[in-house]
Amino acid sequence: MADLRDLYQEVILEHSKQPRNFRELATANRKAEGYNPLCGDHFTVFLTVENDSIKDIAFQGSGCAISKASASMMTQSLKGKTREEAEKIFHNFHELVTGNRHPNGDQPELGKLAVFSGVSEFPVRVKCATLAWHTLNAALEGKQDPVSTE
Amino acid sequence: MSVATNNLAREVLPFQVAASGYDVEKVRRDFPILQERIHGKPLVYLDNAATAQKPQAVLDAIEQYYRHDNSNVHRGVHTLSERATEHYERARSVIQHFINAGDPSAIIFVRGTTEAINLVAQSYGRAHVGAGDEVIITALEHHSDIVPWQMLCEEKGARLRVVPINERGELRLEEYEKLLGPKTKLVALGHISNALGTINPVRKIVELAHRRNVPVLVDGAQAAPKIKVDVRELDCDFYAFSSHKLYGPTGLGVLYGKAALLNAMPPYQGGGDMISSVTFEKTTYNKLPHKFEAGTPHVEGAIGLAAAIEYVSRLGMENIAAHEHDILTYATEKILEVPGVRLIGTAREKAGVLSFVLENVHPHDIGTILDQEGIAIRTGHHCAQPVMQIFGVPATARASFGLYNTRAEVDALVAGLHKVQEVFG
Repeated sequence: MADLRDLYQEVILEHSKQPRNFRELATANRKAEGYNPLCGDHFTVFLTVENDSIKDIAFQGSGCAISKASASMMTQSLKGKTREEAEKIFHNFHELVTGNRHPNGDQPELGKLAVFSGVSEFPVRVKCATLAWHTLNAALEGKQDPVSTE
Repeated sequence: MSVATNNLAREVLPFQVAASGYDVEKVRRDFPILQERIHGKPLVYLDNAATAQKPQAVLDAIEQYYRHDNSNVHRGVHTLSERATEHYERARSVIQHFINAGDPSAIIFVRGTTEAINLVAQSYGRAHVGAGDEVIITALEHHSDIVPWQMLCEEKGARLRVVPINERGELRLEEYEKLLGPKTKLVALGHISNALGTINPVRKIVELAHRRNVPVLVDGAQAAPKIKVDVRELDCDFYAFSSHKLYGPTGLGVLYGKAALLNAMPPYQGGGDMISSVTFEKTTYNKLPHKFEAGTPHVEGAIGLAAAIEYVSRLGMENIAAHEHDILTYATEKILEVPGVRLIGTAREKAGVLSFVLENVHPHDIGTILDQEGIAIRTGHHCAQPVMQIFGVPATARASFGLYNTRAEVDALVAGLHKVQEVFG
């Protein structure tokens, strides 16, 4: 049986209550909106991209604990990363939360994001965990339309 | 929360026979799915506004049909086709009597409430609503009673007007009276709100509309399983509801309409069964109700719904309504004892829907944690985003009750909410 504590790890709860980089970014040169029509989660991700690397990143919006903590920890892990590095981290993160990656395996590139491994036991919550990341992708690609997880 | 508390909350109280003799424990034994265990815990099914569980009588009726009577209807001269037709048409008259319609031909089988509303919007609406006209709906509507009218208004250059609600989630009738005018061509509203549980004063609303010769469509998806519906007493012009919320199978719904209106309306879809004769030059349409039933219908759906209606009628709709009212009253009292709970929708006339939010916890997280306790509730906007916007919440958690729910299940819900608070500390 899936354990709630695997999903709602302390780090996740803490980030959901006190999200980091939770603000509008005045210097942003990219931004995108993400929306999950199923549960009403709604985020905007702001990026300052220079020479193909993420100089600064922030987000705003509302959502469940999983989506908010994921957005918060995403901003922490991607600051200073190149676009290519960011895409690789998203790929690995996606594999982790969809259960295609062994949670106990060696994955230094994910760092603290490894706490989201419990999401794979709750398939309906994968969309929550990845909403901010899909939004980030849209911002990096300069998409105008809001992304939707449906 | 300790395991001991949890078990205590789940213990079924021995004396749950209401004054009417309604024996909920006996009723529960009619629903095989209620024996399911979810994550090792007994299923507590509190998502009845989304869909209801099916009694054995419905499962048996469908199996019986496929084992012994399956055939296409209104077609062959052979025995099975006759039997299937007889069962199908019998279902129509069971439904007719259930809602007290005057004639079985006023009962049209459709796929669900949504299709019933689309049928009226596309057939009646396109024929009668023009540029500059107005259609009135309410702020409580489900998306299925908003979008078909929006599509119609957009196509015709008409205007959609919305009756506002007060802070309890009740319609503001004085505003409705102001909206009714010479441009109004149709009023559409839900009988009971799926998001808040508000029971609307349909009789009054119909009366006010009829003074201006404006027809009224009632979305009865939530009301048909919860209260006694009498379409002649309501005097509504159209009444729509779904089988699956009324303890019947999915994929079937009913549109009731007054004969004069239905007869004058053009067909909604073309095909077999809805015609009297076809040549390449001209088609003559069949009479009611077949004019609106193109193609092979959902025969076992109709048979299953008839079995469901006979089941709830044996229990008595008044008894079911009284039982659910008792559960709602108890649940309202108990849930307000949970710190940080805010009820969304506190109408004075309310049916078994409890929409709420919990301070600092998103409804989606509540839903996941309750599911681990075996408790099924709905979280989200309940296909009623405008209602969420009015109350300033992106989503709510919603427990909705059915004829088999017990006070002990309410206790389990409350215990589950304490667990949510424990996780979120």
